[in-house]
Amino acid sequence: MTYSGFRVIKEGLFGQSGWKPVWRDPDPKPEYDALIIGGGGHGLATAYYLAKEHGLTNIAVLEKGYIGGGNVGRNTTIVRANYFLPGNSEFYSHSLKLWEGMEQELNYNVMHSQRGLINLFHSDGQRDAFARRGNAMINQGDDAILLDTGGVRKILPYLDFDNARFPIYGGLYHPRGGTARHDAVAWGYARGADQRGVDIIQNCEVTGIDIEGGVVKGVQTTRGAIKAKKVGIVVAGRSGQVAEMAGMRLPIESHVLQAFVTEGLKPVIDHVVSFGMGHFYISQSDKGGLVFGGDLDFYSSYAARGNLPMKEHVMEAAMTLMPMIGKAKVLRSWGGIMDMTPDGSPIIDKTLTDGLFIDCGWCYGGFKAVPGSGFSFAHLMATGQHHAPAAGFRLDRFRDGVGLMDEEGTGSQHNLH
Amino acid sequence: MRITCPNCGERDRREFYYQGDAVALARPASDAGPQAWDDYLHNRENPAGDTQDLWFHEAGCGAWIVVSRNTVTHAIDSTTLAATVKR
Repeated sequence: MTYSGFRVIKEGLFGQSGWKPVWRDPDPKPEYDALIIGGGGHGLATAYYLAKEHGLTNIAVLEKGYIGGGNVGRNTTIVRANYFLPGNSEFYSHSLKLWEGMEQELNYNVMHSQRGLINLFHSDGQRDAFARRGNAMINQGDDAILLDTGGVRKILPYLDFDNARFPIYGGLYHPRGGTARHDAVAWGYARGADQRGVDIIQNCEVTGIDIEGGVVKGVQTTRGAIKAKKVGIVVAGRSGQVAEMAGMRLPIESHVLQAFVTEGLKPVIDHVVSFGMGHFYISQSDKGGLVFGGDLDFYSSYAARGNLPMKEHVMEAAMTLMPMIGKAKVLRSWGGIMDMTPDGSPIIDKTLTDGLFIDCGWCYGGFKAVPGSGFSFAHLMATGQHHAPAAGFRLDRFRDGVGLMDEEGTGSQHNLH
Repeated sequence: MRITCPNCGERDRREFYYQGDAVALARPASDAGPQAWDDYLHNRENPAGDTQDLWFHEAGCGAWIVVSRNTVTHAIDSTTLAATVKR
């Protein structure tokens, strides 16, 4: 079934009776060529690109809950490629290019909106750092414009520019940055993978990984044993538990990150805006809610809900930056479980077990990476070779200290990112 | 979240700085080898459930505290001064 304007009109005329489920609900087969553990955005994208780019169609995605029920449905939907360090910048650049072709490729409306992202700065030193970041982005082939106060005032007139404590000196504008409808990304990849023969198996929790003589043989699940020569672990905040089934310990600590949404309002915030002197960033959803978030609560947690101090900090930062937000009512807040690495950059690599691969450590930036991560992880699983833009995401970089990617420059240690 | 400092009593979480897993108390010998140091610095059990971690009573008495708590419920079982903990 192909989506089109014509199809929407036709269904409208015939009582919307022609729409069918867009992926099957198959029982697991006893054996596959490859298994993906985790049916989030990254896992579904991996399955899609394994099928599309590498012709591997006898594969399955195993999801313990339902598609779109994990972090891919809990994030704040920002899509950007404004990274600084070699290793990160080419990866996110590649990922953003995949975003730009995603809707046509998947024939699925993910509501990707390149409304522009503006990171504000509030001091001379911060301006220098952002100018340097902008140059790195331009060198990578992406777009960046350094705005002065007047330039920001023109597009974001509602900010408190002359705040006594944190006056706005300008902003780094990334026009190709923006947002997308997060669930739709999961659904689009699920549909695309299913159309190519991938089995998407929901309510199927992996309970063990079978390894014999250092070679992966398959997995145990709540729906029986499934054999496979290749297994990919893509489970975000749960990476520690699944890796433990393979006898591994990871350089990952899981933390909670909170987000917030207000009641639906008329269009008021046209871009993605981030505050430079506190943890606060915001965009407005197509439904009208102001979607905003801050930083981690900064203690390890699997609760998927946060504590009041960070809520207070985020609200204070919001009021500092855009006092008008005080009139909006917060509808709800929630938390997601972030797989934090010591240097704040992800991992896409083989493991010491033959045939077992891992894609994790996306910290609080996994959503924008969905297509790039899926593409690169599929490449690694299919060919055994690292995909060039993701070759820096080695698992062993912490042990040998070579190639650490500490984007924030705070040090490669747990609890600093 | 409120944390009971063994010195000061129950205090707001904001008075404390979270360091991370209490593995930090088990520093390997300087010649223990790269794997031991990698485990100490980076690799974590990262449990969904009971854990022990180190908190610093930054805005209080300045004590390092081992907190036994649950990462799923955020319930705190017990707190001990790190100085008295031998691992």
